[in-house]
Amino acid sequence: MSDYLSGNNPGSVQSEHEEHVHRDDMSSKIGMWLFLLTEVLLFGGLFLLYMAYRVKYTGNFHDAALELNMKIGTFNTLILITSSLTMALSIAAMQRARKGLSIFLLVSTQALGIFFLINKFFEWSAKFHHGLYPGSETLLNRPKGEYIFFGMYYAMTGLHALHVIAGLTLLTFMLVFIIRNKVNPDNYIRLENSGLYWHLVDLIWIFLFPLFYLMR
Amino acid sequence: MEKAKNDIHKTGYGTYVLIWLILVGLTIATVTASGFNLGDFTLIIALLIAAIKSGFVINIFMHIKFEDKIFKVFLGLAFMTLLAVFVLTSFDVFFR
Repeated sequence: MSDYLSGNNPGSVQSEHEEHVHRDDMSSKIGMWLFLLTEVLLFGGLFLLYMAYRVKYTGNFHDAALELNMKIGTFNTLILITSSLTMALSIAAMQRARKGLSIFLLVSTQALGIFFLINKFFEWSAKFHHGLYPGSETLLNRPKGEYIFFGMYYAMTGLHALHVIAGLTLLTFMLVFIIRNKVNPDNYIRLENSGLYWHLVDLIWIFLFPLFYLMR
Repeated sequence: MEKAKNDIHKTGYGTYVLIWLILVGLTIATVTASGFNLGDFTLIIALLIAAIKSGFVINIFMHIKFEDKIFKVFLGLAFMTLLAVFVLTSFDVFFR
């Protein structure tokens, strides 16, 4: 750690290159982690609200949760976990200077992310079809706890889906960077940080899944 | 003192695949466990498995196990903050 702070690193890697670009991968990663922690607090607030409502409306929450499609939920969990694997492998491939493999794995990660969203789309469509959406006549006539459950369900999985979309966008930028060699085996911190974001999205789902889909 | 570039910890492909298998196994375990009627324990078991899964994701996929201490301190502080908020709110929610 001290070598990062002292500022004198005589044998630095940069001096070997003609251009002296200031680069500090460690700070970059710390910055990314700080951002991720604010994301955790954002979702943490929603989980807190979920806990409070669940305690207040235990029975209603249980009844409403039975209507969620556990199979799609489980399937989507497996998809996200696998996408986390391909993401990690993409970085590992980049570290070993295997550009083609890294690109293939990155595109696989994106494909899995899109697959997740498609499933989510069909899942939500089915719910809408049954009149289960915020403010719907059907839901307003239900007990208050069930109305709140579906509100939390749409808010939390919806915010999560937005994060998946943001992650996909980020990975598209990384794909372009890799193709243009802006991200390369000597400088892949941007790919690593994007990977961290992608794993965080997976991490949030790991908690959303049992709390919404597995209340049988 | 100098941190050479090739010092960076490279996790092998095999390790990632192994962690993936564990995560898939734990997902199947949590779905199976939810099928049994264990009352209050159902939620506890589900959250416990989720916590174990996140441990693997954070340590291996997100590389925290191999990072400098400062990252662990950050993460620990954030976790303790979150925990404090949850515990303090629980007192209000459960004993109102």
